[in-house]
Amino acid sequence: MSRGLTVGQYLPGESVIHRLDPRTKIAIVSVYVLALFIINNPWGYVAAVVFAVVALALSAVPLRYMLDGIKPILVLILLTLTLNVFMTPGTPIWRFGRVVATREGLITGGFLAFRLILLIAVTSLLTLTTSPVALTDGLERLLKPFARLGLPAHELAMMMTIALRFIPTLLEEAEKIMKAQMARGTDFESGNLVRRTKALIPLLVPLFISSFRRADELAMAMEARGYHGGAGRTRFRQLRVGPADYVAGAVTAVFVAGLVYLRFR
Amino acid sequence: MAALISTEGLGHLYNQGQPNEVAALVDVDVAIEGGEFIAVVGPNGSGKSTLAKHFNALLLPTSGRVLVGGIDTRDQARMWEVRRMAGMVFQNPDNQIVATTVEEDVAFGPENLGVPPADIGTRIEQALRWVGMLEHRRHAPHLLSGGQKQRVAIAGVLAMKPRCLILDEATAMLDPVGRDEVMATVKWLNREEGLTVVHITHFMDEAAEADRVLVMDRGQVRFAGAPREVFSRPTELRQIGLDLPAMAELADRLRRAGLEVPAGVTSVEEMVDLLCR
Ligand SMILES: Nc1ncnc2c1ncn2[C@@H]1O[C@H](COP(=O)(O)OP(=O)(O)O)[C@@H](O)[C@H]1O
Ligand SMILES: [Mg+2]
Repeated sequence: MSRGLTVGQYLPGESVIHRLDPRTKIAIVSVYVLALFIINNPWGYVAAVVFAVVALALSAVPLRYMLDGIKPILVLILLTLTLNVFMTPGTPIWRFGRVVATREGLITGGFLAFRLILLIAVTSLLTLTTSPVALTDGLERLLKPFARLGLPAHELAMMMTIALRFIPTLLEEAEKIMKAQMARGTDFESGNLVRRTKALIPLLVPLFISSFRRADELAMAMEARGYHGGAGRTRFRQLRVGPADYVAGAVTAVFVAGLVYLRFR
Repeated sequence: MAALISTEGLGHLYNQGQPNEVAALVDVDVAIEGGEFIAVVGPNGSGKSTLAKHFNALLLPTSGRVLVGGIDTRDQARMWEVRRMAGMVFQNPDNQIVATTVEEDVAFGPENLGVPPADIGTRIEQALRWVGMLEHRRHAPHLLSGGQKQRVAIAGVLAMKPRCLILDEATAMLDPVGRDEVMATVKWLNREEGLTVVHITHFMDEAAEADRVLVMDRGQVRFAGAPREVFSRPTELRQIGLDLPAMAELADRLRRAGLEVPAGVTSVEEMVDLLCR
């Protein structure tokens, strides 16, 4: 059941990419995603693809895993493409009654879809090569400077940790309830959308109620173990920036500079 | 020597002053010495969990007081010391593990205490070795068995270097194998490391293995004493709604069938000795 969940799935390994400091990886991915949106010509896309392919090769993550990450948003990508192709005014290339596909639409839509694919690919590479623990740690420490401006950095990281910890538990429970309901004759699979959604109610209600109980008990257990927010807390895992992180940072800087040049030359 | 944990005239009212007020504890006096293994039994709703939560300041008395290692639990400034000294393990193993790997979870308590990172590593190792889970340190908690999860939860408490371990029905949701694992671990910690244990349970056979048993009923401690004393009152216990440990039950039936059986038989060995005489 949890196999469909590639985003957030960690593939342990010892590659250079795996060993980069999580802060470096999060920063690079954020910069990369932003940079995708300044690209406006094919050479920019070539550079972005090369960057992603090199990162993938260095990580030794099988391509299949990255593609698995893209699959769930395929519908979104196709929708973006279709909307653009038919909604952008320009030179018609195909006509079906009052619906017109345009050349300009195909180009903008194509590039937009391409951007989305790169975005998801690189983000899933981040989660595939970084353990959830390292990821939340990195995030917490990157956001720490903003805590002074009122951003609840520690709380956000704690929430993420707990979410990651409980997703498998809740999936297990959902499966158990589903089996119990199926044994009593509930049919989750056939019928139209309305019927199938209705069939989900006896699954969701107990799941919802038990989540509240879980939250209550977890809060009690955390308090019993001395939790009192982020203040005065130390961390077992220390993050350390090494030479590889500087190299990765420099490469990214060159990449972004290149994109800026291609856009504004 | 003063007791490690003591309550004096402890009373607890939930929803005090409201129409749905519940008197969960009434005038409870208990004293738990360092190094003791205490079992607490009693029917559902008799106040066992409420009592346990007073031992580490999760609840504060509405009357009377609780002293843990000489500290009054109402002393806000020293509440974290109390929480460190008396660690608590709860019933549902899934709802007390916070982190996504075993070692990160064990680190949670020491991190909250502000222990330096280098020391946290040593503490994790020692705690996981004690509960026999060291080789699982990098595993995800949801892949462990119930007994293993509870041992991780115990390790999470041990890493805080407590003086007392409180188990609130920590074996209730486990299968027999998991229960044996947890009991063996806790008994070993009590014997070898001198850790004080307060074990709340509804398995009378587990209670029979304690140094002392507290029987709770409607917010009060009805009996307290060695298992052989407490379990030699079959009629009173049944009235409260409690069973006897298997061997005490057998002894009671033999007695009623006319055999001469001395009071206070609680273990299989004693019973075997008796029958083979
Ligand atoms: N949070 C609460 N609010 C109100 N009443 C409670 C609460 N928790 C427990 N009680 C009541 O206090 C009494 C003792 O409960 P508890 O200590 O949980 O008993 P036990 O652990 O022995 O089953 C019960 O009558 C219960 O209904
Ligand atoms: Mg209880």
